[in-house]
Amino acid sequence: MTPAHTAAAQAARSGYGKLLAYLAAQTRDLAEAEDALADAFAKALDAWPRTGVPASPEAWLLTAARNRWLDGLRRKRVRSDARDHLTLALDEAQAQAETHHDIPDQRLRLIFACAHPAIAPPARAPMILQTVLGFDAKAIASAFLVAPAAMAQRLVRAKAKIRDAGIPFAIPERADLAERLDAALDAVYTVFTRGWGDPLGADPESRGLAEEAIWLGRLIAQVLPDEPEPKGLLALMLHAHARRAARRDLGGRFVPLDAQDVSLWDRPMLHEAEALIHQAAAAGRPARFQLEAAIQSAHAARAFTGQADWAAVVILYDGLVAMTGSVVAAINRAVALSRSEGPAQGLAALDAVAEDPRLADYQPYWAARADLLARTGDKAAAAAAYDRAIGLEFDPALRDFLQERRAGLG
Amino acid sequence: MKFALLIRLDEAAQAAEAKAKGVEHPPVSPAYAAYAQAAVEAGVMRGGQRLRPSSTATTVRVRDGQTHVLDGPYAEAKEQLGGVFLIEAATLEEAVQWAAKCPGAATGALEVRAVWE
Repeated sequence: MTPAHTAAAQAARSGYGKLLAYLAAQTRDLAEAEDALADAFAKALDAWPRTGVPASPEAWLLTAARNRWLDGLRRKRVRSDARDHLTLALDEAQAQAETHHDIPDQRLRLIFACAHPAIAPPARAPMILQTVLGFDAKAIASAFLVAPAAMAQRLVRAKAKIRDAGIPFAIPERADLAERLDAALDAVYTVFTRGWGDPLGADPESRGLAEEAIWLGRLIAQVLPDEPEPKGLLALMLHAHARRAARRDLGGRFVPLDAQDVSLWDRPMLHEAEALIHQAAAAGRPARFQLEAAIQSAHAARAFTGQADWAAVVILYDGLVAMTGSVVAAINRAVALSRSEGPAQGLAALDAVAEDPRLADYQPYWAARADLLARTGDKAAAAAAYDRAIGLEFDPALRDFLQERRAGLG
Repeated sequence: MKFALLIRLDEAAQAAEAKAKGVEHPPVSPAYAAYAQAAVEAGVMRGGQRLRPSSTATTVRVRDGQTHVLDGPYAEAKEQLGGVFLIEAATLEEAVQWAAKCPGAATGALEVRAVWE
């Protein structure tokens, strides 16, 4: 790839989500907007290495997309009123780009369309990855452990739904905002957690997912400065991301949170997260992501005071369990309780949720159970729980770690 | 639905590992045993077997009334069929999740196939 080609590819990529959001919001047809833009990008990658990157790459791309779309409309003999509407929308878009050399950033509207309640929850995060961030369906399929054909189908269905159900490309009205925002933040957090499992970036297909999610979190927090939950989510992601370098040792082996070298934690990122938690708290509306961020903050206390604040973690998880009824939060609460009050208390709390049938193949439950059993000295039960956790683990590094722990039972 | 998880392994790497350990064939790793047991406990396991190396394979073919029996596998490839699990899963997605947890996925590859039923 020549430098000119790389520059063209970069200029093209950085504008993708913004252009798509704008075109889709103008025309209300996401799938057609994608096709038209894909064509424009292909033209750009062909032309720019020869002609140089134009002064306004966005206007160039928008014009190319518009022309291609209008050609298609003529060929397909779209009904004239629909064609008039689209032509008008496209002309307006082009005029905007040409006169202002810039287009309004409507990516948040696109996020809200992708995370609309009418879109199936498993399609929301993949839709954001594809439309706002420009990931291809194959990479998305790998990140979500889904067959590529099935993922492509899921994405096509979601786009048809947006078009056919007339889902608006808009920031919701005040009355709906809280609920709609939850869904959007949840989708962004899903993107983050998909990137979180790969701390060394060894898998090129999931490289950057965590960073991209943080970028999305910043976007939402900026556009909605009065809402505390976007700040909570951003703080949560920054707290987790700050520990990235400490999560594997030099040999690539897994290092659990309480054994991590805190000097490897990213201090500026921790400070930013802390500041966001305080700003969010000022709104006086605590909710899920603010609580989860506060939990991470209590863990991060080890970097400043030498020890994590486990009692605070238990109280925060109490709140999270009460708020969400999440069995995952209940498991984490039991682990925190074992740190503040002892393994027997933690185990008792874990037993209280043990009947939930979803735990049969929920790896973190078995890993937590194994650790608590080992600490109470019940070696046989701990070994069985470790085996279960090992058998359910995806990540080879974590599998090795659990096997070492099991072997260490003696 | 039933799915077959076909485990494709690099036998050369396995043979090297066996040699390093001074054994003829590497024993079933604890991680594999744990995986199979976890699938049993989760109620999805319907069966499975580990295969001897493809060097022990015999290939049989009948053409035009002639039977041909050959030493070795049907086709040479870098990865060979090393074993198979049969699992019960509601969707392909669930089956893919189980495939990703199989230790063989980290060293070789798993092919997930729905069973005709």
